[in-house]
Amino acid sequence: MSADAQVPESDDRKKFLYVNRRAPYGTIYALESLEVVLIGAAFDQDVSIAFFDDGVYQILKNQDTSGIGMKNFSPTYRALGDYEVTKLYVEKESLDERGLSPDDLMEITYEDEDDDWEEKPSIRVVERAKLSEIMAEQDVILSF
Amino acid sequence: MLHTVNKSPFEKTTFESCLNHARPGDAVLLIEDGIYAAMKGTAMADRIAGMNGELSLYALGPDLAARGVDEGALLEGISVVDYGGFVDLVAEHDVTQTWL
Repeated sequence: MSADAQVPESDDRKKFLYVNRRAPYGTIYALESLEVVLIGAAFDQDVSIAFFDDGVYQILKNQDTSGIGMKNFSPTYRALGDYEVTKLYVEKESLDERGLSPDDLMEITYEDEDDDWEEKPSIRVVERAKLSEIMAEQDVILSF
Repeated sequence: MLHTVNKSPFEKTTFESCLNHARPGDAVLLIEDGIYAAMKGTAMADRIAGMNGELSLYALGPDLAARGVDEGALLEGISVVDYGGFVDLVAEHDVTQTWL
């Protein structure tokens, strides 16, 4: 086997973006997306998640589903850092249109292994044009 | 007449269509993803203010709580009801129209 036939492991990694545009609970999309993200996390890919349109509602603070008989899956977003899913892009315009600010969102963090395990925020609020750029950089986009 | 709306006003035109067809004196109860229409500061807020109180607007409390929406985040004039209040509204009105 020639040396140049050996593909470095890093070349196997693809950029995956999960697009979330639906509110939680009213439909199953948000929960299904989260399940697929967690399954996909086992495959050591470069994963990002985008929240825009009604998707920003998925990560609002203080969700309490005890009155509607459904599972509150919002705490699971805070576990994403443990699965090395550390890039959660939230579109600023979507927040603005809904009267929301970044303070209304859950605190979601990860420990940066390249920086002495310092705890850092996973949520990155970006403008629409920036989100378009991020989408254009991906190898695979999965939409929910 | 009582109207119920269960879709987000930012994803579907259900709530807009309900407002366009409701008549003065009608009640509108926002449930499930419909409750997002009741929040302050949204792109829908002026539309609701433009109704000038012609409609009685309600939001279902357990659906607000599930979605992390505090009662303090609601527009003026929205009344929060529980499931018992939902039943009372249905009983008080001759007809209920369920907007889906």
